[in-house]
Amino acid sequence: MAKKAGVQRRNKSNPEIPTSSMADIAFLLIVFFLVTTTMNQDKGIGMQLPPAGENKKIQKKNICNIWVNSVGGILINMEQEVPLGGLRAEMERRLSENDKLIVSLKADEETSYDTFINVLDEVKLSGAQRISLASPEK
Amino acid sequence: MPDFAKKSGVQSSIPTGSMADIAFLLLIFFMVTTVFVRYRIPGIVLPRAEKVEEIKMRRHINYVWVSADRKVFINDKLAPMGAVAATFYEFRLANPRLIVSLKCDVRAPYGIVSRVLEELRKADALRVNFATDKER
Repeated sequence: MAKKAGVQRRNKSNPEIPTSSMADIAFLLIVFFLVTTTMNQDKGIGMQLPPAGENKKIQKKNICNIWVNSVGGILINMEQEVPLGGLRAEMERRLSENDKLIVSLKADEETSYDTFINVLDEVKLSGAQRISLASPEK
Repeated sequence: MPDFAKKSGVQSSIPTGSMADIAFLLLIFFMVTTVFVRYRIPGIVLPRAEKVEEIKMRRHINYVWVSADRKVFINDKLAPMGAVAATFYEFRLANPRLIVSLKCDVRAPYGIVSRVLEELRKADALRVNFATDKER
């Protein structure tokens, strides 16, 4: 009897949408989006490549060549070998001497990408604005 | 004064009527900010660097992947080196503000990366980004 009375009561009229469970539904969806959201954006070291076939004449004193060999040895201007840890300080010194300095980074064909990125990172950290990537000799 | 006295009387329940509104507000925020990972090539380990920048405009990004075994992928399709310039020329025509994100494996040789860069220069896709993870 009690059951029947309940059914009747429900059947009577309640034209409202039940909103009490709305929050639950919304929170469920929130949890889904929270889990699937990847806030991490694409990160990396930005570079602007020079247009193809462009050769600029640059005064020799404004160029600083950095060679990276296949085992990760770093040579500046064919004369000074520096460890990776000392590259930033060295580049900072050179940049403070000449603010028009263009850094030309040349790595060997077989240099690992990791080494190349580490060197590029150090050069960027030293504050060098103008960096060119020379293609390796074949 | 009488008003004040009335309010501080009883009523100890949190109003739940606006809960749904708050929840939907949060929901919309997360829906708008969510970006699903578009491409993923398994087995590529990105290098770590300190001076990393975030690319703000995701929709301009196209990806080049170089795997440790010297394979080149454009977005998520395997492509020969000779096709890189042509493909990116098309991309660049479609979107002049193209950014190329280079996702290369740490073990990839620089020679391959350099060749990809040369191809990109040919295609006039000059804004590149060497994808790295942030150093911890």
